[in-house]
Amino acid sequence: MEVSIAAAEAVKQCNVDVISAYPITPQTHIVEKLSELVANGELDAEFFCVESEHSALSVCVGAAAAGARAFTCTSSQGLALMSEITYIASGLRLPMLMILANRTLSAPLSIWNDHSDAMMIRDCGWIQFFVENGQEVYDHVFISYRLGEDRSVLFPVIINMDGFILSHVIEPIELIEQEKIDQFLPPYQPLYRLHPDRPITMGAYALPSIFAETKKAQEVALRSSMPKILEVWKAFGEMTGRYYSPIETYKTEEAETLLVTMGSFGETASVAVDQMRKEGRSVGLVKIRLWRPFPFEAFKKATLHAKQLVVIDRAISVGACGPVASEIKAALYGEPVRPFIYNFVAGISGRDVAPSDFIKMVDKAEVEIEEGNREGFEIYGVRE
Amino acid sequence: MERGVVKGMTKPEYEWTWKELPVGNVILEPGNASQYRTGDWKTLKPILNKELCVHCGLCYIYCPDMAYHLDEEGYFIADLFYCKGCGICSKECPTGAISMVLEEEK
Repeated sequence: MEVSIAAAEAVKQCNVDVISAYPITPQTHIVEKLSELVANGELDAEFFCVESEHSALSVCVGAAAAGARAFTCTSSQGLALMSEITYIASGLRLPMLMILANRTLSAPLSIWNDHSDAMMIRDCGWIQFFVENGQEVYDHVFISYRLGEDRSVLFPVIINMDGFILSHVIEPIELIEQEKIDQFLPPYQPLYRLHPDRPITMGAYALPSIFAETKKAQEVALRSSMPKILEVWKAFGEMTGRYYSPIETYKTEEAETLLVTMGSFGETASVAVDQMRKEGRSVGLVKIRLWRPFPFEAFKKATLHAKQLVVIDRAISVGACGPVASEIKAALYGEPVRPFIYNFVAGISGRDVAPSDFIKMVDKAEVEIEEGNREGFEIYGVRE
Repeated sequence: MERGVVKGMTKPEYEWTWKELPVGNVILEPGNASQYRTGDWKTLKPILNKELCVHCGLCYIYCPDMAYHLDEEGYFIADLFYCKGCGICSKECPTGAISMVLEEEK
């Protein structure tokens, strides 16, 4: 099954009320499939064909404010146009789901995959997952709605899935019976909603005298959603046998060098780790699945024993370094003993990164760190 | 409704702590915008010369903030709690009865 079709199937199984999206590669198959499901009566939802992504997310905000379960989906430039509304959805604490089929931001114009779009809205206040394969995309649709709609959470959720690399591949995906979903995901019961019987105001102007209090409430709430995230993953695991965690480790036991990846890199990198382990090298892999709220404690637990981290970013903060690397450096800074960090930016604009590339990156990082380069940062594989 | 004391409102916004705010900062009491003192934005305030006033009510009609009200003597008076000092009343007054003066010049 194509991963995009599985994603659409999951959205259908969540019995959403409102779908609002504007087509953009490589997100297209998801909404195409959903519009088909609505048109042929398989899904009883309002499908809004809007004139832009700005409107697409605005419709979702309005729908969620009225108490509906809303879904949207976009990529790259589409997300750029939506970005204004991403902050509004989270500031108003309106649960909804966005699947982001990650694609490079122009210029130069590119339709292929990297994480530059996701990093553009890193600070938008949504719960943000980066998934590794099609099964995780499918599973996280249910997880996201249950989590975001929980009264103790009330946040919109983004599932980042690598464009093309995940969105357009065909994978075996285990679907879940509808009865199980209905049990796992109860109907959405909004805390506040716009209704004439009980008028309230959402999105009012806030003076400087109250803005900081509002932001702190939002910040603390997003941070405090961590136990609920773990709880929902656990409940999902009990239902399906597929258990997820914010940080996943692979062969990290006593590893001197750890690769750190986010998104679909994880599967390729694990092949590279197998190969290096077979050669007797002390290398493991750490995969970040939860990007916001950032799992500081779990990350430290997974990495502090290592001698060095080779952090592979799929985006670049021009003039600084990879955004994942800068996050990790900040996370570990307070530790008296911490691993060295070598940062590669790789696979931007969809350039293939094979297992052999991960091995080359580990080789290079180990040599550089050995020679005393403690601030390593480079774009991998660039022709000189 | 008495100005500045809306039924149900427990305290002004600068006294709320972050823990007390409703989720998403929604406003749960309808109509509490009437407590909002827009009057402290102004630098100029309207002064009515009652001798020139013809009671036409154009100031009342044009005021974008609905700050004008009819007093017991039949004059339209700007409520300075709301008046932002935009001067539209003064501009529209057909007899030039409303002049805008610096607020400090009491």
